Amino acid sequence: MVKKSIHEINKKIEDGSVNVVTAEEMVGIVENLGVEGAAREVDVVTTGTFGAMCSSGLMLNLGHSEPPIKIQKLWFNNVEAYSGLAAVDAYLGAAQISDTRGMQYGGAHVIEDLLRGKEIDVHATSYGTDCYPRKVLDTTITLDDLNEAILLNPRNAYQKYAAATNSSKRILNTYMGELLPNFGNVTYSGSGVLSPLSNDPSYETIGTGTRIFMGGAQGYVIGNGTQHSPSDGFGTLMLKGNLKEMSSDYIRAASFTGYGTTLYMGIGIPIPILNEKLAASTAVQDADIFTDILDYAVGSKDKPAIRQVNYAELKSGLVQIEGKDVPTSSLSSFKNARKIANELKEWVRHGKFFVSMPVERICCEGSAKSMKQTQAVPLVKDVMSDFIVTIKKDQTVQDAAKKIWENSFNHLAVISDTGELVGILTAWDISKAVAENIFDSVESVMTKKVLTCAPNEPVDLAARRLDRYGVSAMPVIDAQKQVLGIITSDNISKLLARRY
Amino acid sequence: MKIKISIPTERIHDPIISESIIETGIRLNIMVANIDSTYGELIADVKDSRFNRIKKALESRGAIVAILDQPIHRDEEECVDCGACISVCPMNVYTFDETWSLCVDEKKCIQCGMCIKMCPHGALKLGE
Repeated sequence: MVKKSIHEINKKIEDGSVNVVTAEEMVGIVENLGVEGAAREVDVVTTGTFGAMCSSGLMLNLGHSEPPIKIQKLWFNNVEAYSGLAAVDAYLGAAQISDTRGMQYGGAHVIEDLLRGKEIDVHATSYGTDCYPRKVLDTTITLDDLNEAILLNPRNAYQKYAAATNSSKRILNTYMGELLPNFGNVTYSGSGVLSPLSNDPSYETIGTGTRIFMGGAQGYVIGNGTQHSPSDGFGTLMLKGNLKEMSSDYIRAASFTGYGTTLYMGIGIPIPILNEKLAASTAVQDADIFTDILDYAVGSKDKPAIRQVNYAELKSGLVQIEGKDVPTSSLSSFKNARKIANELKEWVRHGKFFVSMPVERICCEGSAKSMKQTQAVPLVKDVMSDFIVTIKKDQTVQDAAKKIWENSFNHLAVISDTGELVGILTAWDISKAVAENIFDSVESVMTKKVLTCAPNEPVDLAARRLDRYGVSAMPVIDAQKQVLGIITSDNISKLLARRY
Repeated sequence: MKIKISIPTERIHDPIISESIIETGIRLNIMVANIDSTYGELIADVKDSRFNRIKKALESRGAIVAILDQPIHRDEEECVDCGACISVCPMNVYTFDETWSLCVDEKKCIQCGMCIKMCPHGALKLGE
């Protein structure tokens, strides 16, 4: 039985005899020496990750102005920060987008610009009090001008992350990047073999108080992250670190087309090898870390899993979906993750960084809950019209005109002999057919590419689709393409009229 | 090599491409074609040895022909080597080397622009 203490390891760091390796190197060492041998030989294993971490932000203090102001609303380069704290404290979220430049520039960019020493425009407003009489303030600042500039990140360093793909027929723009139609690609995030929490999955050495590498400086774990979901293997960490000590090599702003801004964070966590169990867990490989590929075509929080996959497959560049080789893209940088693990290794080796035990363990059981919603979300089936007039595709344009006239109904669902939806015909299409003297079958004048929706979809999703494609109605169909009803912009207007 | 053929407004109704192909017998592999009633721009692949002849044929009909030397430009300062561009590129321009550094094979690029939208760090731009 190998048993080492933090104190012993730190003494070795101090006298320069420490043996420190990266989590990638540890795989081979455990293979060669066995768990016990590796636990005896290796004192510290370093990990690293560098990827998009939206749930990050800057807690800052501006110092007092003359005359003083109790800031109520605050903008940095037109990106709004939250200042509902004391007079000149504020929190700037990485994902907040600019009022003027939209998704191209956000809180993350302000943070990177501050770090790079650039001047930032500040605009603040207030209601004014006897002690803080000022109502408006405009100035420019740099990072040096702030009293405190602390990155306080509620959710970083996911243990692993679900991969993304898209079964639909159009490109999706998501926080997982561009997802091509018909399972055209798979995107993923996380550093696999180097992932901090995957190397200590029972959180024996990673908890509140653990000293870490954060953005090129020493930072700290201050607890579990938000949405911490350890029972599913999706643990997260809350972190803090001083922006003034960080490096722009490891703090990088990003913008995902059609989604918004986020901050790429570089994080490395050293794992002191106190016993065999830690030696074994730090020998984790890409092939041991499994996640699901989720279908982002479903605009619901519960996205269907297409299949399970491990990080070795994801990193190979191709994964199989339905027998087809699909190219993968990483959104996080493995090159930088490796650089971080190596830099942290050098810090430890040269006595610049001492390992620590958590002052309090974070929980390794439990799952994140979904939001409690007291108002039921209306579904398509709740607001659709059950009454829908159908017509067979081989009937004539005249039959169609008659049906529209008799039912005073603007949309005809065109069905096949077996009742499957094959097209849609509106009064407009008929007018056009008459104008052009076409009186053949319905099939020749109908719209064949019909937008449809499912009865259990939230109305909001149907409304978004109607808006995106500029149509006024969609047939509601079941899995067998049988027509159940129709949802029109009129149904949605009525729903809104009821709401307010 | 990849070439860019621009067809000005006054020639858009003439079958410039077909005529040039028939006249020279040189096969163009058209990778991208953006043509509307006012302007046309095509990216095509042609053998190096045939370039001068097809260029002459196209230009004699009013088209402008340019070699796509650097169709895509990567800002190495901005790029973090994540590889987001890899899976959306239809031409396999981007790959990782053994150190997980991003490699760009510019010769394959057809300027479709997919990678530009995908890059989270705005590190990619269409070149000349």
